[in-house]
Amino acid sequence: MTVTTPSPARGRAPVPAPPAVPSRTARRRPPAQRTAATRTLISDADLNRGRGRLVYRVTLVTMAVLFALIFIFPLYWMVTGAVKTPVELAQPTPTLIPQTWHPETYAEAWTKLEIGRFLLNTAFYTVGGWLIQLIVDVAAAYALSKLRPILGKLVLGMMLASLMLPAAALLVPSYLTVVDVPIFHVNLLNTPWALWLPGAANAFNIYVLKMFFDQIPGELIDAASIDGAGRFRTLWSVVLPLSRPVLSVVSIFAVVGAWKDFLWPLLVLRDPEAQTISVALSRLSFTGYVTQNEMFAGLAIASLPMIIVFMIFQRGILNGLSAGALKG
Amino acid sequence: MAVITASRAHRGPNRLRRRIGDNLRAYLFLAAGLASFALFSWYPLVKGVILSFQQDNLVVPPYWVGLDNFRALFADPLFFTAWRNTLEFTGLALVFGYAVPFVVAIVINEFRHLKGYFRIAVYLPVMLPPIVSVLLWQYFYDPGSGLFNSVLGALHLPTSDWTQSPRMAMISLVLVSTWSNMGGATIMYLAGLSTIPSELYEAAELDGASVWQRVRYVTLPQMRFVLLALLLLQIVATMQVFIEPYQLTGTTNEETITVMVLIYRYAFTVNNDFGLAAAMSVLLFVVLAAFSAVYLRLTRNAD
Repeated sequence: MTVTTPSPARGRAPVPAPPAVPSRTARRRPPAQRTAATRTLISDADLNRGRGRLVYRVTLVTMAVLFALIFIFPLYWMVTGAVKTPVELAQPTPTLIPQTWHPETYAEAWTKLEIGRFLLNTAFYTVGGWLIQLIVDVAAAYALSKLRPILGKLVLGMMLASLMLPAAALLVPSYLTVVDVPIFHVNLLNTPWALWLPGAANAFNIYVLKMFFDQIPGELIDAASIDGAGRFRTLWSVVLPLSRPVLSVVSIFAVVGAWKDFLWPLLVLRDPEAQTISVALSRLSFTGYVTQNEMFAGLAIASLPMIIVFMIFQRGILNGLSAGALKG
Repeated sequence: MAVITASRAHRGPNRLRRRIGDNLRAYLFLAAGLASFALFSWYPLVKGVILSFQQDNLVVPPYWVGLDNFRALFADPLFFTAWRNTLEFTGLALVFGYAVPFVVAIVINEFRHLKGYFRIAVYLPVMLPPIVSVLLWQYFYDPGSGLFNSVLGALHLPTSDWTQSPRMAMISLVLVSTWSNMGGATIMYLAGLSTIPSELYEAAELDGASVWQRVRYVTLPQMRFVLLALLLLQIVATMQVFIEPYQLTGTTNEETITVMVLIYRYAFTVNNDFGLAAAMSVLLFVVLAAFSAVYLRLTRNAD
């Protein structure tokens, strides 16, 4: 979101407003978009007049080309670089369109660099971490919002206080905690739990979820309990179905965050067999055993899942970020 | 008062039992969350502070050393180098990653076409795993066959050794970091710009304000809050920079060693000096917590 790697458990997401009436139509309707008709710095009239129109056109095209060059071309270079031979890649004059064509490099990288294994590792850690985060954080937020136990406010405050802790500053004690978990005295290094359990302690998720649950009318909860639903049943059949927008936001940020994480997996997954694709690619890059085209193939494969997520949830991600900017 | 107490005592046991039951059930839902926070958030915080006054290297049991770790830090010339480099990185990152996206966002916001394209393009690198961006740029930066020098050479412009040149190393790190992260700031600025009421611009225009004056007297004041919030977020994030120096210039390069890299070096390379690393972490924590507190204060007040 800003200029460097955000700490792992810290996505910035919005608090979507819950539907006031839980009717089927209201739930299905996409959130109202702000109309684009509002004017900005320069009026439409100015942009449509003679010189203004020319300046507008030129600026628009220049920016569009610059954006393509700066943000999209490197990815094109990566994807096409993988099918070039190392010799072509090392040429003093770069070739825009590959002169040599070896798509099998992707397959070679997959087997030689064991990309398949690392991709599977990463997917496993990501999905597991996401599920555990959801279960733990939804339950906690539900308790804090709707069951309101004594000292609940204190607990929430202490959880939120952890938002002030930069993950990086807690790196060393967190590592030692994972090496020897207090009370249980187990060593989580090289196990998925080293990623999953610390990830579950996500104050931001709990805050966003609680804010959303708070807006679900108490009458709905009471009605469910009069109908004989227990606490869990109420959560499952009343609260969760209403909470799809917030659950999807929390989920997207959890998945993207887990996939992008680097420093923490680097520390706790020392065993090469257990590593995530990011950590493995970094390790391989230091060995000198990987050619440039194979590395490009590995980088492209590592990016693909996130690009797909972005293409599917692009609106949710960008709007989520926007709402986060406005609400803090 | 006495009446109330009496009546409560009358219905007492039942009510009390129900309240206890309710609380037990609530804490049952909270249990997993509490446990994970206790073990992986609150405990490490306390442990980090304790550790900074201890000698701990996983070989001998930890023992107290008082302020020795802090003394050792101040005696290590790398300590000051790391802070200086980190501040340099943060400062440069503010120029590139804070100011540039603001200008870009103002321009994009004026466009009536291709808005979706600009938003997606600028955010695309943010979605990539950071190591992908960094490794990709590592090839671009290659002084021999890298794309940058090839292109500069073809245009008869001076080439550079990029990450391997003492003068350009830090700037190279900032450039890749900005490339991969400026999308977030741009999207947030765009969100802020879209909330500025049209009437303000209309009124300014009627009063004869030029485009520049409209930026100065309408856009900037209206964006005050977003600008401040992003400034703090950016400072907190960039002061924790790790992956760029780790991958591009290594953990022993004095030109680019940062606070996080030094913590990593103390704790996870040869010596496993966790106490020293913890002392450094405590200092970083104090600096960052101050910024975080200001940020949380601001966003709370905005609600």
